[in-house]
Amino acid sequence: MSDLIAVAMSGGVDSSTVAALLKRDGHNIAGLTMQLWNQRRLPEVATDATTGRCCSLDDVYDARRVAEHVGLPYYVVNLERQFEESVVAPFVDDYLAGRTPVPCTRCNTFIKFDQFLELADSVGAKAIATGHYARIRHNAETARWEMHQAVDLTKDQTYFLWGLTQPQLARTLFPLGEMTKPEVRALAGEFQLPTANKHESYEICFVPNGDYAAFIDAWQREKGIEPAATEGRVVDTEGKDLGRHDGAHHFTVGQRKGLGIAAKDPLYVISTDPQSKTVVVGSNADLQRSRLIARDINWISWSGLAAPAPVSVRIRNRHTPAAATIYPLSENRAEVVFDQPQRAVTPGQAAVFYSGDLVAGGGWIE
Amino acid sequence: MQHVYFDHNATTPVAPAVLRDLTAALVEVNGNASSIHHFGQVAKLRLEKARREVAARIGCDPKEVVFTSGGTESDNLAIFGVAKRAKSAARHIVTTTIEHPAVLNACAQLEREGAIVTYLPVDREGLVDLDDVKRAIRPGTGLVTIMHANNETGTVQPLREIATLAQRAGAIFHSDGVQVGGRVPVNVRDLGVDLYSLSGHKFGAPKGVGALYVRKGITLEAMFFGGHHERDRRAGTENVPGAAAIGTATQLDFDWNSLAPLRDRLEQGIMARVPGTCVNGSLIHRLPNTTNIQFAGIEGEAIVIALDLRGFAVSSGSACSSGAVEPSHVLLAMGLTPEEARSSVRFSLGPGNTLTEVDSLIDAVEATVTHLRRISPQVVNV
Repeated sequence: MSDLIAVAMSGGVDSSTVAALLKRDGHNIAGLTMQLWNQRRLPEVATDATTGRCCSLDDVYDARRVAEHVGLPYYVVNLERQFEESVVAPFVDDYLAGRTPVPCTRCNTFIKFDQFLELADSVGAKAIATGHYARIRHNAETARWEMHQAVDLTKDQTYFLWGLTQPQLARTLFPLGEMTKPEVRALAGEFQLPTANKHESYEICFVPNGDYAAFIDAWQREKGIEPAATEGRVVDTEGKDLGRHDGAHHFTVGQRKGLGIAAKDPLYVISTDPQSKTVVVGSNADLQRSRLIARDINWISWSGLAAPAPVSVRIRNRHTPAAATIYPLSENRAEVVFDQPQRAVTPGQAAVFYSGDLVAGGGWIE
Repeated sequence: MQHVYFDHNATTPVAPAVLRDLTAALVEVNGNASSIHHFGQVAKLRLEKARREVAARIGCDPKEVVFTSGGTESDNLAIFGVAKRAKSAARHIVTTTIEHPAVLNACAQLEREGAIVTYLPVDREGLVDLDDVKRAIRPGTGLVTIMHANNETGTVQPLREIATLAQRAGAIFHSDGVQVGGRVPVNVRDLGVDLYSLSGHKFGAPKGVGALYVRKGITLEAMFFGGHHERDRRAGTENVPGAAAIGTATQLDFDWNSLAPLRDRLEQGIMARVPGTCVNGSLIHRLPNTTNIQFAGIEGEAIVIALDLRGFAVSSGSACSSGAVEPSHVLLAMGLTPEEARSSVRFSLGPGNTLTEVDSLIDAVEATVTHLRRISPQVVNV
């Protein structure tokens, strides 16, 4: 039983293909689906569209069908409690504190590669496999597990995977990292997987329609907290009053729509301050920043940072990594100075440091 | 890999004799039991034979047996059937916190419709306190519904005493007997219940057939609207093969009490060889086939999956709609912490289990838990 691989099956085409691939290659595998969130839990934000969402019954049904098709033992495990503690609650806290969180990173760090790995351990699996697009390699010289961007850069998910530790990487398989999405779809078709033509979602799985502000309000009501009275002033970069807003947590840095203020030139959110309940707006030029500080850094392919080093840095998921120099401040804190200023450096998002396609490490933007 | 079944409280395999009679009924009995002609008469006779068998098994008159689609329908028919007839002055219901969802959610629905429901607590052993029952029953109490034995722990409630209290107050007494009826000798007259639910698949009949004992003199409001089947108590063309199957299942000569020594061997074997274990629920007032064991510090869900991968089917908690497991409301009601509830596993034996199977299950449990305990300190916490 020690050669068992636990495959995390979401019911999507990627993880389905992983299961079928590993089975084809003769591995001993079991499929597990993590039940992370009850999509019907907050009825006021639930919509008909929630049925097709992550962790919906439809997804579990699909994963079960794939497991049957591939021929592997299959289980659904309930990690709702852990997901709520480690992902949803911090997500809400971040927004209320004026940050724009990346829940997928926390989910990877605290659920998929922690709780799920622990569960895999408990059932006697030596490794886990997921449908993430990234590559893991062992570097014999540095004796470290390295992470590289996926071959398919349009699908690369390393921005969400920078929190993985060496012990986690040592036991994780990303079979899709070497493939392009069209290749995966084609393979799924060849395997005749029931999910081969399933469309994919890019939204935060527990926030219907991407309306995070409505989600936060509903969440707080469920907890018996009256939605925070965070309405306040909208000011320009000089501090001049431009109007009122209905809640600082409804705004995120770089946002243009929904300000409700008429102006000659387009206005963007430059920063939000939940303390003073102020939203600062300005021109696109005001959004440019040439430096940032990253905290809680996790080094992956690099073992650490002793001296300033050239890197390219990605500051949000679809951002093209920008050339920069990274300066160590302390063991897990560093300053990034960009060669060219970057638009909308957003507190709460991650900064991931690359050297070529190698993921050196990452941290949270202060 | 050979798979061995230790989850008989979830369901049981169809017994060979049941299969024989079920097949015969499917093949040979083609009429509608309500038809006047020969074919209808054959079906009716077969149906009534089954009804007599069920009645004989639980000690009632055949007229007092209503066939249903299973335990959930029996519970719903009993509870709604009584509650919907109750005068507004008798809209109070007494139940417990450890009932099956078929009872709990039926009561919750009635609450939404305006009934008042008292949910009695249970003690550490899972038993209701008779003084609590006594105090809860009041002049407006129309229905008391308390399960006979719990599906998760096997704890058996003092039904006779509860029946006396209900009767004295003029309340109707229903009991969900799904884990008991058909398995061990039950006499509804001795128990003093007015309504008693049975589920065929818990004792060798297939899924999809059950029965409700309705004491003569109790009138239920209908839940289904249709023809005059089952003496106007349950509309719908009679499921003759299903009835034949549950009838035969009640006549099987297997005595579930004979499972107690095997169950005890399993329990004692696990307790002796695996440290940090204890049994949930009463050791005295308990079904002969069930044990619910707590494994300190380990997720029951992990044990269930790991044992399944080793070829043993057991269960923990109850499955929610996705198939994931939620901590048992029964164990929580008994005062276990959520951690303790999550670390508990139910083993339920049945007619097929052998001594050899029990011994290999003990080995597998020991190996699984040892593995789980060995790896847990190595888990990386980021």
